[in-house]
Amino acid sequence: MRRRTFLGAAASLGVAAAPVLAGCSGGGKASGSRRPLRFQSLAWQAESVRANKALVAEWNRLHPRSPVEYVQGAWPTVHDQLLTAFEGGEAPDIIHDASDDLADFAYGGHLADLTGLLPDRLTADIPEHSWRTGTFGGRVYGVPFLQEPRVLIANRKLLRAASGVRVPTPEDPWSWEEFRAAAKELSREGGGGGDRDGRRDRDTDGNGRRYGVAWPLKEPVSATLNLALSTGGRLFHRRADGRAEIRFDAADQVVPRTVHDQVNVDGSAARTTLGMGGSDTLPGFFAGRYAMVPLGFSYRQQIVQQAPEGFAWTVLPAPTGSAHAQGVSPQTLSIAADCPRKEEAMAFVAFLLRPANMVRLALGDWMLPTGTAALRDPRLRVRKYGWATGTALAGTLHAAPAQSVRGYPEWKDKIATPGLQEYYSGAIGLAELRGRLVEDGNLVLARYQR
Amino acid sequence: MTARRGRTAAARAGQYLALLGYLLFLLLPFLWLLSTAFKPPRELGSIDPTWIPHEPTLANFRATFDEQPLLRSAANSLAAAAGAAVLAVVVATPMAYVLARFRTRMARAATGWVVVSQAFPLVLVIIPLFLLLKAVHLVDSLGGLTLVYLVWSLPFALWMLTGYVRAVPAELEEAAAVDGAGRVRTLVSVTAPLLMPGIVATALFAFITAWNEFFFALVLLKSPEKQTMPVVLTHFLGAEGVADLGPLAAAALLATLPGLVLFAVIQRRITGGMLAGAVKH
Repeated sequence: MRRRTFLGAAASLGVAAAPVLAGCSGGGKASGSRRPLRFQSLAWQAESVRANKALVAEWNRLHPRSPVEYVQGAWPTVHDQLLTAFEGGEAPDIIHDASDDLADFAYGGHLADLTGLLPDRLTADIPEHSWRTGTFGGRVYGVPFLQEPRVLIANRKLLRAASGVRVPTPEDPWSWEEFRAAAKELSREGGGGGDRDGRRDRDTDGNGRRYGVAWPLKEPVSATLNLALSTGGRLFHRRADGRAEIRFDAADQVVPRTVHDQVNVDGSAARTTLGMGGSDTLPGFFAGRYAMVPLGFSYRQQIVQQAPEGFAWTVLPAPTGSAHAQGVSPQTLSIAADCPRKEEAMAFVAFLLRPANMVRLALGDWMLPTGTAALRDPRLRVRKYGWATGTALAGTLHAAPAQSVRGYPEWKDKIATPGLQEYYSGAIGLAELRGRLVEDGNLVLARYQR
Repeated sequence: MTARRGRTAAARAGQYLALLGYLLFLLLPFLWLLSTAFKPPRELGSIDPTWIPHEPTLANFRATFDEQPLLRSAANSLAAAAGAAVLAVVVATPMAYVLARFRTRMARAATGWVVVSQAFPLVLVIIPLFLLLKAVHLVDSLGGLTLVYLVWSLPFALWMLTGYVRAVPAELEEAAAVDGAGRVRTLVSVTAPLLMPGIVATALFAFITAWNEFFFALVLLKSPEKQTMPVVLTHFLGAEGVADLGPLAAAALLATLPGLVLFAVIQRRITGGMLAGAVKH
């Protein structure tokens, strides 16, 4: 009895304390006033955050009766944070994310179907192949607005010095065979002390070796899959009954085999960079240890910031095969299913994605807009910093086939990432890799498609 | 005799060397953070990184403050961490006393539960906790976060304090009782002063745990003006591990300072407290 009284007192204390603690929040809005719609942005570079905040302020000035509150999110944590917020019914109203993160939220009923809300201007402005990246089960759950092709950032001096290497253009990119040959040509064996002019330089590692390419493949799956689209590789295929299955055909194997052979056969790719992220390879690139680094288009900002004075670099298109395409997972804007004022939220999204505003966002993030009108902006077509090369590639960017497949994140983390890492380092062969990606992978997908 | 003295000196020198090595091991990441925070972008991209920046700059600190509400987030972290630390010792001290002095089956079960509770991963509790706090309107509230930190740190605080209470000889309390002191007087005048180092160490543990905590703060706080420092630090990170390294290092350096200062100020008390807790009777 005494114990029950004690527990009861403790419970009462908790209940009594709740309003006091709730008062600490200070978050209560005046009753009767409309709460602002919350826009959670993942902008993280200073210029990009500034552009987003300025656009929100502009919207609020023009639409005082439909205010929007800017909320800062972060890329590394957005999935967990949104998942919990959706489950708890406390999600932001307007959500910035990447299209490859949307599938589970869309199928889970957490995102609003935007099909009937989209203004005609926006629908017409963004090409059909971009819309596909935010479409799941025939419904639009995310408006794709920024995208990033993978390009080759090359050391201009080394490229110019290699007489046998043709400089590729967006209209005439390297084939994968040409790329492999160019990487070999740009490599230099150890022991030499100088460059072709006989001058001693730092264009080598400690053993006097220079690599044609450095593949930063700490997260190898999306890079491999997106580039594989250029050779017609899809890996994820839809059967007649709508179910997804994994195949690893000849077209899927071209890109992985090229990387593997560059590291393990030609010696033209640095083995040590396989475990690195893109930023980690930059010091070696600046020092001339690697002639080329395949990176996302937005890495140019880091290069501009960090490259030593006088370092000459250029942006080249990624190699292509028969299909001349590349997979991307654009950044998207979605509206939460629980948002009470979806039309207003869409009006804000449409404002944010007006061509002029899309250009501001693209410049802030060093990425490409998806909108055709924005892509015509002269500021995105200058040669400086490779903008023109990137803009010319915009038409080749397509939805990555894997992103709409449920179970892809698990396959990626548990099977494909370790499998590709082992294959690229030479620990396993192609047959073993194929077995893991396909047989183990289809078992994973089967669980999601029962 | 001389040989023995020589061996002792050599052993002591070895100990000091090992200690120095350990200190260096602990210090290196901090020194690297310090160095990075003062480097301009071009030095961050150098293939030959140096410990001492060639052209030290405060630009990273300026960028940190310009880009993110660092001071406000530090104040939020401080409020939640200090609140959790104070509440943790207020709640845990009497409980620890009961567990240490009254060795009943219930006390043993409670101690076992404390140990087991340390094994629960955050992801297991986060959604139920979120719903629970939502029901009492404590989501997006620093008060709610403080409460969570209190609950999260309580088992370990209790475990720590129980050890400290056991280290206080029961004979001292019995002597006070013989001298005519009542239960409350004995606790306040005899036990509490002897427990003080343990209480300080426990409060510090609760403070640091809450100060560094990230996941609860990320999930439970929605309003930008309530975000804590670890959450704000992630705003310097982009997709696929890209980072605005200079400002991130500057912000991370600032985030480590309160813990270091706190340790520096009360380290004597902590050392005393830890030693007291380690003594068995």
